Amino acid sequence: MSESEITLDAGHAAVLEPSPYAVQSKKLTMWLFIISDAVTFGAILFGYAYLRIGTPNWSTPFHFSPNIVNGLIMTFVLLSSSLTMLAADAAAKQGRKSSCLQWLGATVVLGIVFATLHLREWFHMFDEGWSLSKNPLGGSVQFGATFFSITGLHLMHVISGIIALIVIAIGYNTEWLDAGHVETTGLYWHFVDLVWMFVFPLLYLMNVAR
Amino acid sequence: MHETSASHAAHQHTAPTSFIRKHVFSLDHKVIGKQYYDLALVAVFIGMGLSWLMRIHLGWPAWPIPLLDKLSAVGAPGGVMTPEYYLSLMTMHGTIMVFFVLTNAPFSAFGNYFLPIQIGAEDMAFPRFNMMSFWTIFVAFIVMMTAFFVTDGPPIAGWTSYAPLSAVGGDAGPGMRLGQTLWAVSIAIFCISSLLGALNFIATTLDLRTKGMSLARMPLSTWAWFVTAVIALLAFAALLPATILLILDRTAGTSFFIPAGLVLSDKLQPHSGGSPLLWQHLFWFFGHPEVYIAILPSIGIVSHIIPVFARKPLLGPRAAIGCIMATGFLSYMVWGHHMFVSGMSPFSANLFSVPTLFITIPMTILTLLLIGSVYGAKMRFTAASLFCLGFISVFISGGISGFFLAQPSIDIYLHATYFVVAHFHFVMAVASIFGVFAGTYFWFPKMFGRMMNEGLGKLHFWLTFIGVYCVFMPMHYLGLAGNVRRYSAFTDDYLIPLIPVHKFITVAALLTGAAQFIFLFNLIWSRFKGPIASENPWEATTLEWSTTSPPPFDNFGGRHMVVYHGADEYGVQSSDGKDYIMQTSPEKVPAR
Repeated sequence: MSESEITLDAGHAAVLEPSPYAVQSKKLTMWLFIISDAVTFGAILFGYAYLRIGTPNWSTPFHFSPNIVNGLIMTFVLLSSSLTMLAADAAAKQGRKSSCLQWLGATVVLGIVFATLHLREWFHMFDEGWSLSKNPLGGSVQFGATFFSITGLHLMHVISGIIALIVIAIGYNTEWLDAGHVETTGLYWHFVDLVWMFVFPLLYLMNVAR
Repeated sequence: MHETSASHAAHQHTAPTSFIRKHVFSLDHKVIGKQYYDLALVAVFIGMGLSWLMRIHLGWPAWPIPLLDKLSAVGAPGGVMTPEYYLSLMTMHGTIMVFFVLTNAPFSAFGNYFLPIQIGAEDMAFPRFNMMSFWTIFVAFIVMMTAFFVTDGPPIAGWTSYAPLSAVGGDAGPGMRLGQTLWAVSIAIFCISSLLGALNFIATTLDLRTKGMSLARMPLSTWAWFVTAVIALLAFAALLPATILLILDRTAGTSFFIPAGLVLSDKLQPHSGGSPLLWQHLFWFFGHPEVYIAILPSIGIVSHIIPVFARKPLLGPRAAIGCIMATGFLSYMVWGHHMFVSGMSPFSANLFSVPTLFITIPMTILTLLLIGSVYGAKMRFTAASLFCLGFISVFISGGISGFFLAQPSIDIYLHATYFVVAHFHFVMAVASIFGVFAGTYFWFPKMFGRMMNEGLGKLHFWLTFIGVYCVFMPMHYLGLAGNVRRYSAFTDDYLIPLIPVHKFITVAALLTGAAQFIFLFNLIWSRFKGPIASENPWEATTLEWSTTSPPPFDNFGGRHMVVYHGADEYGVQSSDGKDYIMQTSPEKVPAR
């Protein structure tokens, strides 16, 4: 941590009022960011619901195979990455540095697998003629618009998370960052995972062709 | 995280020495607060200049305005603005004022400077975020200003950028090509800056309060900045995806906000299936809390300053805190009252009307508490206290018209008339700016170590106070007479008799605006030539007055303040014969 960064830690406790939440400032701030980001996803998912209810000719292009199977694999990968993140966090708390780095590496790999599967699916859909503004099935263009913008927003969060995890791993390895940073980044990673638990049913399962 | 108190002693801040770190990319919350203030100052004079141009055109539509054709040869051929350019100026006036003045000055500028000092902290919790927050907003401002200089000028869709006009591009009129895209990009950047600022304000307030500064002992201004930060944290989070979708509509061919079959400029728009109402829902879910982001800090500043000059405690400070929180909470449930005539179900209109009327309850209680705090006081009249009293006056004047507009049946008639213009200018714009003026006259000695000129300050107050009433009071009458807003000139039979009223308003607006240069002069002159300020010139109790003027780099010169009282110990007999007890004074408060 740099000199000029003031956070709630043992050194300051003697001269400060206790925080109403017994957590480090950066962890509290991550929780606040998560609340804010949840509103962002909430707003864009509200937009999806609003448009979908108002659209009579909504296209539901997905089939169990390959789309839902692929989605289930992606879900499994992302959920697993939350588990590896938990393991990394636990290792960091116990000061087992190499173990923590291994678990962080596993989380990064799983994140990259998720992003790759996602992009592969996207490019497959582009080939079929889907885009933000086109619908090869002839129905409303809003499926493509909402699907790509919402999964795109989520994918951007995943990619940012991967970058953050790599930075944290390097920083933790060089002892520039500590276990608190690992835990705080983990919070973000679990949140991105949680958002997917809304995105997957709303954008995949609800768009299976009947 | 195993720092010991011994190592903490070595953790002191050292002041930066390079010019860049000291004045440009400074991490010091005081410098950042002044940067926000200066940005708001530049923005407010640009916004005021735009309102002058609009007012001149409204009073005398055929008059050429010198040099206006230099700004835009297309928008103002020969210096006479086209109706479209009038809308461009109006859009930029609203956007600049709401985002870069009313959000920046009372919240980001004063909040950054005084929130850490008032709770006894050395700096914000995350100084780097703080610096990034300012420079992000600076970029947003530059992007917004660029719209003046692109080929077809600034957008014409208003500060609310209603879809579908804002979403389709050049066919919607001049300024709707690049100008509108720049608007959306600027606002998206603004959202990110606001997020960084809000996170910092909340974490600082919760975690960096000095010993003894319990939440209940925090000054009202700190409370207001804190609650405002919570509102901003959630409100801008909803605006960000809205602007992203708007940018996609404009650049990627999506149709989130554009319905099928839309014909503009004789061209069928290649979009289908979207909903303009969706933009209004997303925008106003941000937009209504935004007006409380503008007004709550000013309410906090006024509640903080009034006891200092009334020399008695604020009436019901806990009730005031409760009202501020209740207002923040309710602000999320009333966005639909901006949409009574937009085609929403009339049932929803009634549903939004009820919480809108509810929100007047905490606001009324707050106003009554302020009046009650002044009642029976031996008021010390300074420029700062006059602007506080002026705040109460304009806030009531603007608030009362809110009761009318909150009811759908009345709003259907008054919607988009000058009645609404009068309402929001009084209750949000003028009231908030009065809070900023009060804060400036009050805190200037602390920020710059010199006193402002009181005579000029009082002159500025009276001219401004009478001026804003002359500008905005007649607008109620115009609105009731059916005068619609956003028209650049009034040629309809029923509006022609109202033109003399418009001319009166224009003259009043020019004079009131001119009076602001007294303020600007006072501000700049006092910064260099004002008499040196003492540590506590107003005999106030809060922590910012327990340190030098201006405060040292770490605010208290290495001291760790300990707080023993609330912020309002006025009108008491202290042991050294004064009528107030500082928050840092360990002596017991005698019974009143």
